[in-house]
Amino acid sequence: MKRFESYGTGIPRVRLDDLSGWLIVVEGTDGVGRTTHINKLRAHLERLGYAVAETGLTRSDLASRGIRRAKQGNTLGSNAFNLFYATDFADRLEQQIVPALRSGFVMLTDRYVYSLIARAIVRGAEPDWIKQVYSFALKPDATFYLRIDVDELVPRVLSDGGGFDYWESGMDLPMGEDLYDSFMNYQRRIIEELDTLSREYAFQTIDATRKVDDISRDLCDRVAELLARRQKPVGVNGA
Amino acid sequence: MSTIRSYGQRPNPYPGKLFIVEGIDGSGKSTQLTLLSQWLRSEGHLVVFSEWNSSPIVRTTTSRGKKRQLLTPLTFSLIHATDFSDRIERDIIPALKAGAIVLADRYVYTAFARDVARGVDRSWVRSLYRFATLPTLAIYFRVPLDVALYRILSGRPKLKWYEAGMDLGLHSDVTESYKLFQGRIQEEYEHIVREHGLAVMDATRPVEIQQRALRQLITPYLRGEVPGPLGPDSPVLVHPAHPTRVEATR
Repeated sequence: MKRFESYGTGIPRVRLDDLSGWLIVVEGTDGVGRTTHINKLRAHLERLGYAVAETGLTRSDLASRGIRRAKQGNTLGSNAFNLFYATDFADRLEQQIVPALRSGFVMLTDRYVYSLIARAIVRGAEPDWIKQVYSFALKPDATFYLRIDVDELVPRVLSDGGGFDYWESGMDLPMGEDLYDSFMNYQRRIIEELDTLSREYAFQTIDATRKVDDISRDLCDRVAELLARRQKPVGVNGA
Repeated sequence: MSTIRSYGQRPNPYPGKLFIVEGIDGSGKSTQLTLLSQWLRSEGHLVVFSEWNSSPIVRTTTSRGKKRQLLTPLTFSLIHATDFSDRIERDIIPALKAGAIVLADRYVYTAFARDVARGVDRSWVRSLYRFATLPTLAIYFRVPLDVALYRILSGRPKLKWYEAGMDLGLHSDVTESYKLFQGRIQEEYEHIVREHGLAVMDATRPVEIQQRALRQLITPYLRGEVPGPLGPDSPVLVHPAHPTRVEATR
């Protein structure tokens, strides 16, 4: 049974018919606690005996350094940035995600194309264009969306995250007079876009305003149940 | 996603003009473009030159990827699109707004030809480059494969990995792989010429004859006019403004 397919015409010169494993996506905006929950989820799955691998934005061998350099100077055109992220994602898809799935791993990904699509749209990219660019991506088994409102995000960012980050506040645009204003406007727009994508791609929403342990238990249970089912029909995750 | 909007729907709304040349390695396009830019400058025009792979930030990643052979057909395509996008946003559009004549050595058609020769989906790559402005005129330098190969292979000692298409495993010998890969690229170019209405220059004709024709070809566009019919001896084989000539030369 074919386990995975892409949204579009596939990945050039890459076989997808021999993949097994699971592709599990955790989505959510900056500061919502994705890293914490992925760490807990990983430990939980390993206890259950699954082999787990992880990836996340800008962790590619090919483009991570270039992106970091480009971010420092903010000297790359805005659309070029969208495509630089796409390059990074493609490299991780081919070099990390596909090999892990071929080996039967549970691949946990800290954000997927959806966050990249959202940030591009907020920066003015045409939605159908950027979705088409990412159409080589594999449809995941499930996408868990840690959802929060911007008002509830602020105290977390200030207490845990060491303040407002330049890029997480959309200051390259910018969307307000100062970091706070820009952060509020930018994150509100990002969350709006994620909400829209959530409907389009059938995310499973997890209320991220609850206590950490409650969220974690919820996520771990849902993923464990999914893995126990073992098989999935192709194409459950969106268009 | 039934109807995918594609490249070709963004005409240049600015006062500047964008002329681009395309062709396989050894077609002589860069020589012609350099001669053209010298002439335009001597005529008092403001000329901006734009080359493939020229974004300073993206280039480091591209060359690292090439050196270490990290690139696949997909990432090769995307990193070049990233570079091109930066070049459009930061060099080409501002120059066109300023009313300059922008001369580009290779444009989106290079990506269409190379990426598809590597196995990338034709319509995906056309959609990828949807943001690109349409050139005022695109000229393809058509040359028989063996002529181009002779020019390159007799003059240059070492072919690079991706340039030779070694990533595709067409042949274990670099030179043989290069020949096969260039042949594929040339086939793609011929599709592109018809699909996107490129002018075609007979690149086997003497350099100065081609140059004279190139100057004649672009002069009316500088005045905002469409060129008139070309003489029977013109090395211009296809003329997008006068498609009847296409039939005459076939």
